[in-house]
Order: sequence, then structure tokens, then C-alpha cells
Amino acid sequence: MRQPRLRAVTRRLGTGLVVLWAATSAAYLALLAAPGDTVDAIVGDGADTPQIRAEIITEWALDRPAAVQYLDYLRRLAEGDLGRSYLLQRPVAEVIGEQLTATLTLAVTAAGLGVLLAIALATATAGHRRPWLRRASSGLELVLVSTPTFLIGIVLLTVFSFRLGLFPVAGDQGVAALVLPAVTLALPIAGLLAQILRDALDRALDEPFVLTARSRGTRESAVLLRHALRHALLPTITLAGWLFGTLLGGAVIVEQVFGRPGLGQVTLAAVTGKDMPVVLAVVTLSAAVYVVVNTAADLAYLLVDPRLRRS
Amino acid sequence: MSQLVAVKNLHVTFATKGGEVRAVRGVDLTVERGEFVAIVGESGSGKSVTVRTLVGLPGPGARVKATRLELAGQDVRGHRPRDWRRIRGRLAGLVLQDALVSLDPLRTVGAEIAEVLATHDIVNRWERAGRTIHLLDQVHVPEPERRSRQYPHQLSGGLRQRALIASAIAGEPALLIADEPTTALDVTVQAQILSLLAERRAAGQSLLLVSHDLAVVGQIADRILVMRDGQVVEQGPADRLLRAPNHPYTRQLLDAVPSASSRGRRLSTPARRGPGRTVVVRVQATLPARQPVRAGDPVLSVAGLTKRYGEHTVVRNVSFTIARGETLGLVGESGSGKSTLARIVAGLLPPDAGDVTFERTPWSAAVERRRRPLRRRLQVISQDPMSSFDPRYTVGQLIAENLDPGLTRAARVDDVTALLRRVGLEPHLRDRHPRSLSGGQRQRVAIARAVAPRPTLIVCDEPVSALDVSVQAQVLDLLADLRAADGTALLFISHDLGVVHHLADRVLVMKDGEIVEDGPVGDVFTYPRHDYTRSLLDALPDLVTDGRP
Amino acid sequence: MTVTLAGVPAESTTALDGESLHPVVRRRRPRPGPLVAGGFLLLLLVAVVRPSLLAPGDPLAADPLTVLAPPGAAHWLGTDHLGRDVWTRVVHGAGHSLTIGVAATAMAVTAGVLLGLLAGLAHRIADEGLSRSFDALSAFPMLLLALLLIAVVGPGTTSLIVAIGIATLPHHARVVRAQTLLVRRAGYVEQAVTFGLSPTRLVARHVLPNVLGPIPVLAVIGLGEAVLAASGLSFLGMGPQPPSPEWGAMLSEGRNYLQVGWWITIPPGVAITLTVVALTVLGRHWQARFDGRQSR
Repeated sequence: MRQPRLRAVTRRLGTGLVVLWAATSAAYLALLAAPGDTVDAIVGDGADTPQIRAEIITEWALDRPAAVQYLDYLRRLAEGDLGRSYLLQRPVAEVIGEQLTATLTLAVTAAGLGVLLAIALATATAGHRRPWLRRASSGLELVLVSTPTFLIGIVLLTVFSFRLGLFPVAGDQGVAALVLPAVTLALPIAGLLAQILRDALDRALDEPFVLTARSRGTRESAVLLRHALRHALLPTITLAGWLFGTLLGGAVIVEQVFGRPGLGQVTLAAVTGKDMPVVLAVVTLSAAVYVVVNTAADLAYLLVDPRLRRS
Repeated sequence: MSQLVAVKNLHVTFATKGGEVRAVRGVDLTVERGEFVAIVGESGSGKSVTVRTLVGLPGPGARVKATRLELAGQDVRGHRPRDWRRIRGRLAGLVLQDALVSLDPLRTVGAEIAEVLATHDIVNRWERAGRTIHLLDQVHVPEPERRSRQYPHQLSGGLRQRALIASAIAGEPALLIADEPTTALDVTVQAQILSLLAERRAAGQSLLLVSHDLAVVGQIADRILVMRDGQVVEQGPADRLLRAPNHPYTRQLLDAVPSASSRGRRLSTPARRGPGRTVVVRVQATLPARQPVRAGDPVLSVAGLTKRYGEHTVVRNVSFTIARGETLGLVGESGSGKSTLARIVAGLLPPDAGDVTFERTPWSAAVERRRRPLRRRLQVISQDPMSSFDPRYTVGQLIAENLDPGLTRAARVDDVTALLRRVGLEPHLRDRHPRSLSGGQRQRVAIARAVAPRPTLIVCDEPVSALDVSVQAQVLDLLADLRAADGTALLFISHDLGVVHHLADRVLVMKDGEIVEDGPVGDVFTYPRHDYTRSLLDALPDLVTDGRP
Repeated sequence: MTVTLAGVPAESTTALDGESLHPVVRRRRPRPGPLVAGGFLLLLLVAVVRPSLLAPGDPLAADPLTVLAPPGAAHWLGTDHLGRDVWTRVVHGAGHSLTIGVAATAMAVTAGVLLGLLAGLAHRIADEGLSRSFDALSAFPMLLLALLLIAVVGPGTTSLIVAIGIATLPHHARVVRAQTLLVRRAGYVEQAVTFGLSPTRLVARHVLPNVLGPIPVLAVIGLGEAVLAASGLSFLGMGPQPPSPEWGAMLSEGRNYLQVGWWITIPPGVAITLTVVALTVLGRHWQARFDGRQSR
């Protein structure tokens, strides 16, 4: 009975490792594919002296055969060495480490807000009750999903900061400065999650076990929360990876709109300044976290759904 | 007040996108205390809607009207959700078909039963676990402590259904409503559940059973109502109704049930069905005479067939032959391996050991390229015709695909027309899509497609299981007609012993991948040698048919 | 007396089909949503092909005398900080924004279909390899992958197309692969084997048409996402450079004048939203019709 489950776990972990390796290699390939000299690509817009060029050649092992370069790169990554930014004259790990907390705070707040909002919208409008509210909610969700994040941010900024003066226009000081960016990032997520959740709730509410639950005299709220919502939430576990990616991508834009420091600003500056070591590190790191999150979600699904626990 | 249920002139209408659907039209229904009432009808007869209305759950978009609608003397017309909740589970419990989906798959069986106890505050929090186990014990679930902590998928079909019944009786309702409670179950398990229901009645509970199967309800009900198109066409005491039905529709239903006594006789009554009115011409027609089976000339022979999935052996050392023109029945319960065997015979699945020879040529051992020229002579009809139809094709295209590829366009059109006529479909249906056809018509299209290349053997895998009994009768008659005309051999797979007894010459009984008994149908079903065959036959609810000619 | 039962809560639909005498004829009430969406997209098409029909002016013509004019009779969406007419810029911007979206989607869908089919029809090992590479590509958050590619090749319209095309490719490939596997295992394909069809015929006659059927729907919904992604990247300055009237870039420019002129930023933003909403509504409408056709 335990054997197949263990096999399923190891299989997923194995797949995760393979994907991680492939993603890392793909990012590395992008660097090699850059037009022109690789050294030029790594220097970017930073100071270009013969001494720095020599440093780069040693660091990336560019004077060695391609296979060695690649293996050396993988080894350094495995050791947690993300390289050095020649534009900022600092180790990449340090640059990223400094900005991580700001972005993490934003992302976690937004994720929590988005998920809560989605659950509230979906549970209030699922089933065949209140058709008008349902239609209004689906309309709102469609608009939220279809509106670019930066427009949401700009509208919120115009209304709440410029007109009403309720929140600061920019910066990362205190909770007040976190509200608008977090809401901006949360709204599209809430829109999409609410659509998915309501679909799943509707499907669950059409299942015979819901009819059985109702035939026991169970309250409608209990039918929804105790029976249907569990079924609806299960598949959303697998969306964890997608959620992470969206949050990270969204953070780049939101940090730009609200002038918040963070990983997004670092990335943007690196792309503009052609600071490849930083870009490469951010992208590789995000792929790695995505793979970890996704694998964890898959494993959690195995644990949460009793039907998958069978022998 | 001795009447538990009193319904007069019940109408239930559903507002759908296509307009109003009148599902129930003027039904009167009473259930006395301690009485066992059954409602029988085919799909669309409104039987489920009728009983679900009694607990206020007729379905979304339903409008309910009645001159009288009383439960235990309580007028429930105008009841609000809160009022209904007090009735559900407490005054009337509901048991649905297939507990795998009717119990919440993410909750333990015990939690589902305890939900009723908590909702109606039957026992206090500390006693709930004990009561749950007691209830499971009451419906004869072995090891109730352990089972109450398990999830529905961990229980067998029979145990699950028992647990579902336990949850329905947890609130000690006076009325237990069972909507097709045994439909998804094997015949031996069905017998156990029926006896459990009879036991509940003996304990003083009233029962309202909904079923499509007259034989099932005939065994245990006091009174039977026959419904059709939203109306009750006949009702009366069970034995009278089965022995001497008054209404032609009841008679037609009884005649349609295939069994030992129906061999050689047509099951369907030639009837003209006009809008709303049925004229039944009762002729006990016999089936056309068949060409003699050529025993020494096998169409298909199977020797030592074995198929494994992992460590699980699904088919174990199976051998048999089918003679030219013979109909071989294959019966077995779910999981017996009969469908796997069918796919191996059809050349869709390679066996792990053993050989299939078709038309004296190697079949399972041959490579697909060698098999291809012979394929047209071995056709397959499956239980669900829709899944075997390319979703883009019309009826005509579906049938034409299996015609000789060398035919001209005009010949193709003529052949499709002739085939549609042969299976009793109007030729103008050729341009229709199977989606817009009824279940019976779809299966006829599948049959037309299968007989198109004039096969010598047709593998029929549960071809009538999904159909209503009267439609099943028509399809079985059609198969018998085609078999007689073409001399086609059939491998007829079914879980229904009656169907096999009606149609087959010989029968194989399959259990856990092995053939436990085989021989001429009459011998096997009259003098079963194997215990398993005997238990299958014992579990079979038999219809009281004395009054019939 | 007849009383209607009130307060009946909703639950599962009772099956009323089968051999019932009351066939439920499904008549579709024409819904306004898809019609309005279609109308808007037609208008958009005009703006792409012949923008001068809707806005005869020059989107780049700056008029220093009417800087930051609010919406009015002369400039009915106002003018921006350089005195350019906002309406004219929004109309002419449609071409930039949509071209990027359409080109990127065409690229992603074409490659996705080919790779997805290959994986779905290929042998186990080849499928495994291809699927893992789709997984690896999807591991990058879409926007970051696009940024990485832009960092390599530099900003501009072409790099935007390539970046979004590559970033959305794995999604399409996975959908097509899943659909191919589904069709390959479908009952009707197995049934066709019993007719004696050769593998090539089988794929050509039953597998390909049923896999490719839903692709246009996939493409329309994908186009909405691509337009959204393109506007985001343009907003970050990775797309067409100023003074090109690309919607995302317009927002980025106008953002500095939020306090004095909301009309520079809001119209292009609304144009993006409406475009994506219209594409989604139409795509879902087709999908619902397609699903309705697939099941019974």
C-alpha cells in the first residue's frame, strides 16, 4: 500500500529535477545565443576594461572547452554562486538578497488578498442563486482579468493617492504604502481564480453527493463550505505554480508603477542595462522556485485527496 | 393520520432554454405508514422528479403545483428552505444510485453519517461516533469501527450503498425514499441491498422505491405505480399488477423483459406511437427461423488466453470456440474481465499468452498489417455508441465509412439507405447528427455500421445495458432478425442473465478472469454446476408471470 | 386550490433526456455579448487596416499650442503633453498593439500545434523528452522569460513578437498534446481500427481533424493574452519606442502627467481592456458552441 505512493513521490521529485536542469540550461543557452561576443554580453553597459574582460573570462571559464564552461556554470549554480554583476560591481546574490524581502512582502500580501477575494466572490455567486449578482461578478472578473496590471495600478493611484490622498504615491515605507500595490497585484489574480473556483463549485454542486447532503437537511451554507468548496479548492492547488509566476511577473510591473524598490526594479534595470548576470540569475532563480512550488503542490495534492492515497 | 404521504394532482414543470418541460403531470400518490410503495418507469417518465419533490428537491428551475401535498399530515406547499430542512433526513431520508458519487468522496463514511446526527441534533456530540458505528452495524457493515473511518472509494459497491442507507436512516425518518438504489450494482449485491430494504420495512419504516426494473420491485413492494411521460398509467397491489396488468403499457413493459421464457419470441410489441396516444396491437410474434449452427465450422477459436496488468491477471487461461452462425453469451459481473476479453478478441489488445484464430487464420498473433484485410469480417458494437462515433460525422458518414471503399458514390448512398431501413431507421436520418438521436436510435446506427461489411462475427459488448427496457427489447429483436437473415455469429457480452438466456445458444460464465462454467444456455441456467453460477441465478429477481399467455 | 411551492433550492439537474416524449429542443437565444464583441473587433480591424477612416489626423503631429487640452469638441479625447491628439493616437496605436499580438500568437500557435502533435503522436520516449522541454519552458514566469529574451536581443517590435511567441508557446504545445492523446485514445479511433483503416488514414481522417478543430478557439483566447502581455512589456519600455503610438507605451508616457491629464493614460488603457474582453467573450462563445457540438 505504501509502495506505489512512495513511487509516485519519487517520480514527481525526479521529474522536478529534470525540469529544473532543463530550465537552467535553457537560460544558459539564451546567454550563449546573444549576438556578438559572450564577454560583451556579460559586461553589458558596465565599465569595459581589459582587466574586467580577463576577470569575466576566468569567472565564466570562457577560455575552456564549451562542455567545461557549461559544467562549471552548473557547479557554481549548485553551490549557490550566482555570479557577479559587472554593471553594479557587486555579487548578484547580494543584489537579489537585498531586494527579496520587499518583493516577497508584496507578493505574499497580494496572494493572500487575491485568494480570499476569489473565494468570497466564488462562494457568493456559485450555484443557481442570485443570478443578477452572478452576472455582475462574472462581468467584473472578466474586466479584471482583461485589464493590464499597470492600468489597474494607475487608476488606483489616480483615485486614491492623487484625488483622495489616502495613500502615498510612491515608496515602500510602512503599511500604507503597501496597500495600493498589493491590491493592484491581487485584483487580476482574484478575477482569474474566482472564475476557476466558481466553475469548480458549480460542477461540485451538480454532483449527486450534494443532493444527498441536501436531502439530509444540511444548511445551504454547510453544503457549500463543508462539501462543495473542498472539491473546488482541490484542483486549485495545482495552480500554485502559475500563481507564483504571475505574482513575480506582476511585481515587476507594479514596482515600476508605484516606484517601489524590489526584485522587479532590479530585473528591469538589469534588462535595460544589459546586465546579463543579474537577468540570468533572476530568471534561473524564478524557474527554480517555480519547479519547487509546483512539485510541492503536486505532492500536496497526493496527500490531500484521499482518492489518490489508494493502493 | 395514517397516511404518511398524500399527493394529489402534482405537476412539476422545468423552465429550460428550449421552453417548458412538463416532467410530472397530475400525479396522485399515497404512502401509508409501514407500506412499501414502488414507482416504476423508463427514463423521462418523471418518477425521480416525483419523489424528489417530496423532499423539496425537484431540481433547478422547477415549478411545483399540487392540490394536495402532505407529509405526515403536514401541508408542505409553500414551505420555505428552513421548513424543508426540518423534513429532510428527519421525516424522509433519500438514498440515491451509486454511493461512490452519492457520498462525498473527500469525507469519511462516518463523517457523512454523523452529519445527519449533527444537523438534526439526534444525539449529542459525544455520542455521535458511537451512534454512527451502531448505524453501520444496523445495515450489516462488517467491522463498523474501521469502516466508519474509511472513504467511499475504499469500500466495495455493496458496502458503500449500505453506508449510504445508514446515513439516510440516521435521522430515524418515517419514510425512506430510494431512487434506483441498486442500479449500479452487480446482481448478487443488488439482492443483498433489496433484502436490506425489506428489513427496514419490517422494522416499521415506510418505503418509496423508484426503479426502472419491474422484476426488482415486484419482489418486495406492496403496491406498484407505473409511470410514463409524467403520468401514472396504472397502479395496484404488486402481485395483481404483475400477474394481470390492466394497462397496455404495463403489459408492454412486462413483455419486454428478456428471460428464459421469452426465447424465440419477440420482446417488443409492434405499436404505433402517435403523439400522446398509444395503440398496442398485442401479437406474441415469434422470431424468424435461423439457419442451423454449423458446429464443426468454427469462426473463432480462442485457446489459453491470458492477460495481465502489472501483477493483476485480468484474463486467465480462457479457451472457447464460436461456430459459424452461433450466438455465444458471455456473462460475468463487473471486474470479471469480460470487456478485456472482448478487446482481445476484437484484435485491439494483444494477449500475454494464448492464441486467437479467426476464420482459420492467426489473429492475435498476426501483425496488424496481416489482420487488416480480415478486419471487416469481425465487427464490434459497444455499450456506448456515442463514444464510438467520430464527433464530426453525420449518421450517413458513419455508416458509409464501413462500406466497401471501392464503391461508387451512388452505390454508397443506396447502401446507406438500405442499411438504415434494415435497422428500422428512416433514411432521412442520414443527414442528422447522432447527438440529436435517442439512445435506441444511436445503437441502431451502430448496428447498421457493424453489419455494413457483412461480417461473419460481431462482438457485442453490453450493447443494450444503457437502454430502457422497451428500447432494449426493440434492439434485441433487431439483433435477432439480423442474425437470422445473415447467419452472423455473435459474441454477446452482458451482465444480464435474462438477456443472455433470451438470445444466446451457448453461454460462458466468467469470474475473476476465468471461465467457471460453459455449455448450452438451457443446461447452464437450469442445472448450474458451479456455485458461482448458482449464486448468480439465485440473486436474479424473477418476475411473476403466471397470468401471461 | 393550487399553490406554487416556493423557495425550492437548486440542485442537480434531473436527467430528462432519453426516450422521453418531450424532446427538449435547444433553441439558442441570440446573446448580445458575442455580437457586441464581434462588432468591436470589426471596428478594431478597420483601425488596423485603414486608421484614417476613423481618425484622419497624424498621430505624430505635435501642436505646442494645444498641450494637455482636456477632452472637447476639437480633440474629443484631449491632447497629450506634446499636443498630439489622443483619439488619433489610440486609433493608430491599434495597428502596433494588435500586430504584435497577432504575430506572436500566430508564431506560438503554429509552433505549439506542430510540437504538440509531434509529442502526442510520437513514441513514449520522444513524447517524454518533448513534454519535459515544454515543462522547462513553462517554469519561467512568462514576463520574465520575455524579459530575458529581450535582454539578449534588445528591445523593439520584433523582439517583443519573438519573446511573447516563445513565452506562450509551451502552453499551446501542452494543450495540443493533451488533446492529441485524448483523441488517440477515444472510442471512435479504436472503433475505426476495427474497420481496417491504415494508421496513416486513421490519423488523417479521425485524429488530425478532431485535434485541430478547437485550435482557432485556442488562438483567439491566446491572442487576448498576447495583447495583454505585449502591452505590459511595452509599458516597461521593451517594445516599440516613442513616439510610436503603441497603447502600452502611450500609458507609460502619459503616466508622468497623471495629475494634470488623466485623458492621456486612460483611453489607451481602456482600448487594451476592451480588446482583450472582446477577444475573450468571442473565444468563450465559440468554445461553448464547440463543446456543445462535441458532447451529445
